[in-house]
Amino acid sequence: MHRPDGIHYEREPLVLGEPTLHDITAKIAGIAEEKPSPKYLMALSFTSAIAAWGVGCILYTILTGIGVWGLNNPIGWGWDITNFVFWIGIGHAGTLISAILFLFRQKWRTAINRSAEAMTIFAVICAGLFPLIHVGRIWFAYWLIPYPNQMQMWTNFRSPLEWDVFAVSTYLTVSLIFWFLGMVPDLATLRDVVKNKLAKRLYGFFSLGWSGSMRHWHRYEMAYLILAGLSTPLVLSVHSVVSLDFTAGILPGWHTTIFPPYFVAGAIFSGFAMVMTLLVIAREVLDLKEYITLKHLENMNKIILATGMMVGYAYAMEFFIAQYSGNPYESFVFINRATGDYAWAYWTMVLCNVVSPQVFWFKKLRRNIPLMFIVSILVNIGMWFERFTIIATSLHHDFLPASWGYYTPTWVEVSIFAGTFGIFLTLFLLFAKYIPVIAIAEVKAILPTAQPRHHHGTSAMQHSQVEHTHGS
Amino acid sequence: MEAKPIATIAEFHDPDAIVAAARAVHERGYAKFDCYTPYPVHGLDRAMGVQRTILPYISFAGGLTGLASALLLQWWTGGFDYKLNIGGKPFFAIQFSVPVDFELTVLICAFFTLIGLLHLCRLPTWWHPLQDDSSFQRATDDTFVLAIFADDPRYTTSDTQQLLKNVGGANVHVHYASNENTEAVSVG
Repeated sequence: MHRPDGIHYEREPLVLGEPTLHDITAKIAGIAEEKPSPKYLMALSFTSAIAAWGVGCILYTILTGIGVWGLNNPIGWGWDITNFVFWIGIGHAGTLISAILFLFRQKWRTAINRSAEAMTIFAVICAGLFPLIHVGRIWFAYWLIPYPNQMQMWTNFRSPLEWDVFAVSTYLTVSLIFWFLGMVPDLATLRDVVKNKLAKRLYGFFSLGWSGSMRHWHRYEMAYLILAGLSTPLVLSVHSVVSLDFTAGILPGWHTTIFPPYFVAGAIFSGFAMVMTLLVIAREVLDLKEYITLKHLENMNKIILATGMMVGYAYAMEFFIAQYSGNPYESFVFINRATGDYAWAYWTMVLCNVVSPQVFWFKKLRRNIPLMFIVSILVNIGMWFERFTIIATSLHHDFLPASWGYYTPTWVEVSIFAGTFGIFLTLFLLFAKYIPVIAIAEVKAILPTAQPRHHHGTSAMQHSQVEHTHGS
Repeated sequence: MEAKPIATIAEFHDPDAIVAAARAVHERGYAKFDCYTPYPVHGLDRAMGVQRTILPYISFAGGLTGLASALLLQWWTGGFDYKLNIGGKPFFAIQFSVPVDFELTVLICAFFTLIGLLHLCRLPTWWHPLQDDSSFQRATDDTFVLAIFADDPRYTTSDTQQLLKNVGGANVHVHYASNENTEAVSVG
C-alpha cells in the first residue's frame, strides 16, 4: 500500500481486525459449538440427497455391469476416466497450498490451507471411485495390488496403470497424514474449549493428548517440514503419472511428451478454481471475512491467471507440434478436435480456460468477488471439458474410418458424476462445521505480535531484568 | 491424603517473556521443565536448551526402506518370480521402476515420519499430570505456560516458586496431586 509520502510500503495484514489469540480460538471453536442452523441442515440434506442418488446409480452399475454406460467401441474411456482425472486434478491445489507454499514461506496460506487440504482428500476419494467402478467387477479391485495369491501371478509393473495405483493411493495416504497432523494442535484447542461432553471426548480422542509442549512443537515443526518436502514432489508426480496413462498409449493426441507438465499445470489451475468457489461461499456463510481476506482471494486469482496461461500455452504448443511433426494422424486429430464432432467441447474448453481468466490482469477485477466466483465456476467447467476433449476426441476417430464413432453418456453416468459432487460437498459441509476450518495455531503464529521481537542477540540477563520490572 | 506437589506453574502473556523465562530456568540448571504454548514460538526451543530432534534420521531410514522395498518388489515379482513377456519389454529395468520407487519411498518415509513423531512425543497419551490445572488448560488457547516438575533434583517448592516470580511469571502456583486427579485418567 502506498503511504502519502510515497516511500513506505506496508504489507496488507493477513488477518484483519487485530484479533487477540483468544478471539481466534473463540471464533473458530464457535463454529463447531454452535447448533447447526436450519440453512446448514437444508444444504446438508440437499447435498446428501444428491450423494445418495449417485451412490444408488453406482450400485445399479455394479449390479448390472458397465453396459449401462454409453461406452462402446471405439470409445472405451468416457465420463468415468474424465471424472477421475478431473477430481484428481482438483485435489492438487490443496497440496500445493499446504506444501509448496509452505516451503516458499508464503504466510498467506495459513488462512486457506486447512480447507484446501480437506478438499484434496475429498476430491481424491471421489476420483478413486471411478477407476474402481470402471474395472467392472469391483469385487476384484484388490487385484490391482501386488499380493501373493493362489494364481501365482503378479501385477505388471511395466504398465502406467499400475503406477497410477501406487501414485493415487500414496497421494491419498500422505495427504491424509499431512492433514491430520496439521490438525492435531487445533483439535486439542477445541478439546479444551468446547462444553459439550461428547464433543470434548471426540476432540480429545483425535487430538491424541496434545498438550502444546514446546518439546513436542519442536519435533512437530520438523515433521511438518519433512512432510511438506515429501508432498511437494509427490503432487507433481501424481498428475504426471496420471498423464502417463495416456502418453504411454500410441494414440495420436495422447502420445505426447508435453503431457506431464501440462497436466500438472492444469491440475493446479482447476484446483485453485475449486478452492475459490468453495472459499467465496464459506467465508460468507461462516463469517470468516477477517481471516480469508480479499488479499488471499487476490493472490489465488493471480495463481489462476498464471496457471491458466500455462494451460493455454500447452494447448497452442500441442497444436503446433501436431502440425510440425508431419504425422498425418497426429495433425488430423488436432484439426478434428477444433473442427470435428467435438468442436463444441474444444471451444468451450478454450473459452473457459484461456479467455475467462484474462480478466485477472486488472487489480479491480481480481478483487471483485462475484466476478471471481463466476470465473472459478467457468474454469471448473473448462477443465472438465479439457479432460473430456483429450479422451473422447482421440478415441472417437480411430486410425480406420470404419471404426469411427460418437459417444454420449447415459443418464447413469451423468448421475454418478453429479453424485460425486454430492459426496464431495457433503464431506466438505461436515468438515466446515465440525473440524477447525482455519488452522488456528498457524494463524496465531503469524499475528504481528506472535513471535519474540528480539530473541537474537539480547542476552538472557537483560531479558530477565526487563521481565523482572514488569512482572513481580 | 497428603497432597504431593507435581509441578510449579507460571503463566506468561507475551512470547518475549516466556522465551526469557525459559532461558533463565534453563541456565539455572533445571532439566525437567516444559513450556506449553498455543503455537510454536520461534527460538523458545533453543532458549529451553532442547536438542535438535533425531526425527529427520528416522524419516531418512523410512525413505531408504521404501526405496529398497520398491526395487525388491518390482525386481522379484516381474524379473524373477513371474516372468511375463509383454511386447518384448525387459522383465525388470531401473527406468520403468522409477514411478513406483518414488511413490513407495514417499509413502514409507511419511509413515516413518508420523510414527517417529508420535513415538518421540510419546503420543497418543490421553492423560497429562497437569490436565486439571486451569493455567495449563488455557495453554492451547492464549496463555504461555511454564511448568517446572517436582521430580527435578533442583526443585524445592519455595525456591522454584521464587524463581518463576523473578522471571516475570504471573499466577505462579504449585499443582498438587490429589486422589482425584491421579485417578481421573480420562480424555482431556
